[in-house]
Amino acid sequence: MVAIPHGDDHGAYGDDKPGFFARWFYSTNHKDIGTLYLIFGIISGLIGGYLSFMMRMELAAPGISVFNSEHDYLVFASMHGLIMIFFMVMPALIGGFGNWFVPIMIGAPDMAFPRMNNLSFWLLPTALICLLISFLVPGSASGDGFGGGWVMYPPLSTSGSPGPAFDFIIIGLLAAGFSSIFGAINFITTILNMRAPGMTMHKMPLFAWAVLVTAFLLLLALPVLAASLFMLFTDRIDGGTGFFDPAMGGDPEMFQHLFWFFGHPEVYIMILPAFGIVSHVVSTFSKKPVFGYLGMAYAMVAIGVVGFVVWAHHMYTVGMDVDLKAYFLAATLVIAVPTGVKIFSWLATMWGGSITYTIPMQWALAFIFLFVVGGVTGVMLANAGVDVALHDTYYVVAHFHYVLSMGAVFGIFCGFYYWFGKMSGYLYNKWLAAAHFWLFFIGVNVIFFPQHFLGLNSMPRRYIDYPAEFELWNQVSSAGALITLAGVAAFFVMLIEAFIRKRPASDSYWGEGATTLEWTLPSPPPYHQFNTLPRIEDTDEH
Amino acid sequence: MAGHAVEHDYHLIPPSPWPFLSGVACLVWGLGMVTFFAGLVDRTGEAPMMEWFFGNGLDTLKSSIVGDGSVSGGWFFLLIGSLFAAYVMYGWWKDVAAESEAGDHTPVVDIGLRYGMIMFIMQEAMFFVGWFWMFFELGLFHKVRATWNPDILENASEYATSMAPGVTSVDAWHLPLMNTLILLLSGTTITWAHHALMHGDRKGAKWGLFLTIALGILFTFVQMYEYAELYHYSAEGGHPWIGADAYGSAFFMATGFHGLHVLIGTIFLVVCYARLLRGGFRPEKHFGFEAAAWYWHFVDVVWLFLFAFVYVVFALNGGGAH
Repeated sequence: MVAIPHGDDHGAYGDDKPGFFARWFYSTNHKDIGTLYLIFGIISGLIGGYLSFMMRMELAAPGISVFNSEHDYLVFASMHGLIMIFFMVMPALIGGFGNWFVPIMIGAPDMAFPRMNNLSFWLLPTALICLLISFLVPGSASGDGFGGGWVMYPPLSTSGSPGPAFDFIIIGLLAAGFSSIFGAINFITTILNMRAPGMTMHKMPLFAWAVLVTAFLLLLALPVLAASLFMLFTDRIDGGTGFFDPAMGGDPEMFQHLFWFFGHPEVYIMILPAFGIVSHVVSTFSKKPVFGYLGMAYAMVAIGVVGFVVWAHHMYTVGMDVDLKAYFLAATLVIAVPTGVKIFSWLATMWGGSITYTIPMQWALAFIFLFVVGGVTGVMLANAGVDVALHDTYYVVAHFHYVLSMGAVFGIFCGFYYWFGKMSGYLYNKWLAAAHFWLFFIGVNVIFFPQHFLGLNSMPRRYIDYPAEFELWNQVSSAGALITLAGVAAFFVMLIEAFIRKRPASDSYWGEGATTLEWTLPSPPPYHQFNTLPRIEDTDEH
Repeated sequence: MAGHAVEHDYHLIPPSPWPFLSGVACLVWGLGMVTFFAGLVDRTGEAPMMEWFFGNGLDTLKSSIVGDGSVSGGWFFLLIGSLFAAYVMYGWWKDVAAESEAGDHTPVVDIGLRYGMIMFIMQEAMFFVGWFWMFFELGLFHKVRATWNPDILENASEYATSMAPGVTSVDAWHLPLMNTLILLLSGTTITWAHHALMHGDRKGAKWGLFLTIALGILFTFVQMYEYAELYHYSAEGGHPWIGADAYGSAFFMATGFHGLHVLIGTIFLVVCYARLLRGGFRPEKHFGFEAAAWYWHFVDVVWLFLFAFVYVVFALNGGGAH
């Protein structure tokens, strides 16, 4: 994809790292900030995972046994969604890997705005604290916390939750939103302005392309969410506004439009960086350049553009005009085309390649397989007529967990195992990593595949209880949660073992298949890399 | 890797306290926002925001200090958070200005700053897209949707106070027109300042920038006067007001957020004026000034859209003007 640069020494002027507090709290170093993001993502993942695990335990059998009240269950469901999206997937993929590897891959010494980069990070703990406070303060008459779902539809989020719990969520999401907007400005500027000499846009690694498209989606979608959150905030004030209050001439459906105008690009924000990572991993372990490099890059651009005009397919049951439904149906199906380009290009990259089944390659293969499953159910749900039957059932839950919990999260682990040696300087134990992969792969499939059956049998989502007919597949699904828990445990054992044993990683430990610039640097890279900028030779090879 | 000298023109920055402190300030400010507007207990049915600004705000403030206030002391957090944020902005901006004068902003860094400002203005524009979308939805499509939304058909009376013809709107050719002219004039004065700066006429630049700031402040005062007029008008049973209907909501929040952006732009210009007085900016290199000018033109354009649609078109569409 990128020609090997010439020039032998890309070292720094020494590893003169600042002291602990200045290094980790006042950081202006993209690699340190990336590490902070990854640690933050792991912590949030544990919180979000705990919430979902408790829900799965509750659903293991009919009746209410684990939770004190229905409200608490709904609070857990709402917060699971918000925390996993805004505080786990986005920080890990964009903040973590994006910060670590976009500057290195394009041959830049750091991000364009190192201080603003740190601001992007430090707004996130602020936001997470706001969300955690919301668990503890009054939500509605039913109890503490906000239980109106992660989509925050009014009137559940206005007159339905009068307590301050939801106000804290609004403030937290605004902080997280500004964090992402600043991050997006930083990534776009870095990628457009700081590519190494000779690295044209059409020679740029696909992960950098993915983050560029993602950053534009963030930049254009998040401000609309911010506006709609402000509308909720002022609607909630007594004597305040009435945007979503029919009694004042407002329109509750309008929130759904504003929210999904942000929310649909958001799902591509979560998956595009994973696309980029998988492209590198598939190419590296097939020992072939990515098939159809330009097609891969522009497929992501196409997904990003079309992703802005399909939002109302989340709202087929609100009483939209049938012409609108027809439009959103057709536009949604169009997205399958560039996505298909990506899937088939990955397959064509592997075709005839010299494939090694390393741990990241296993995650990448699982990603492709499971993302296709989630994509196919997505094509089904895109049909407005079919969706009337499946809307808000477990079929939808299964669909978006196949694309996120197994798409985005598998992309995160794929990147983690691909770059772990580069980031930490240590190699992980293959057997522990394999145990993590297989437990996780089997676990999440056992959780979510039966949910297709539940959904097709019309089990609605967001309910704490269900009739006995749904018991079998719910039991299977909850058993899958236990397997996944074991997988998470294996992940931490793997992590601890790697840091205890300290097996040093070489500069390019994946061998000749890994061609991007990070493999020209030591593992871990110097505190400031590329004091002499790498020069990309003019070759036709991608 | 004990290495060699830096051979690139990018600006690597030593560790800085401002981002971390910004995060802390944001947390304090956020706590203040929630406690000020919502309180940490269930809502009491009072309307603290508008009461505070236009009603018995000072009384509320005093009673908050002695502890029996209805706003539960949230203003204190909000004030501390805002002052903290202002301090952080001061320190951060000062560092950037010092780095610029120290020559850290090489041509490539300068281009990066331009990209950054363009992206920032793009996201600001999308923020206003959200408000205009809401406004147009309520204004244009509400009745259209009523033909296919069974809820509206069945509960027609609940939807009766929509932004249908008959809504009293603000007279566009009164204070709003004045504000339009004020902002357009400020657009010319800042261009004057910019050209003066480019040609080395620092005195002219100072005058142009000073007049721009003065016009910006004048705009804010006219806007406040208009709001106060509307508040008293609605208090006498008139129309529109923020708590009255969706038109009032869209009107006040859209123009209010624009007003907030005018304030931000004014602060940006004041910072540039202070730098200019202290001898900053050179004819060939003054991106801080240009960024402020870009931002000022952006708020100007947003106002023109507000004036054209929220004021003029609705005065034509609506009934009698105030």
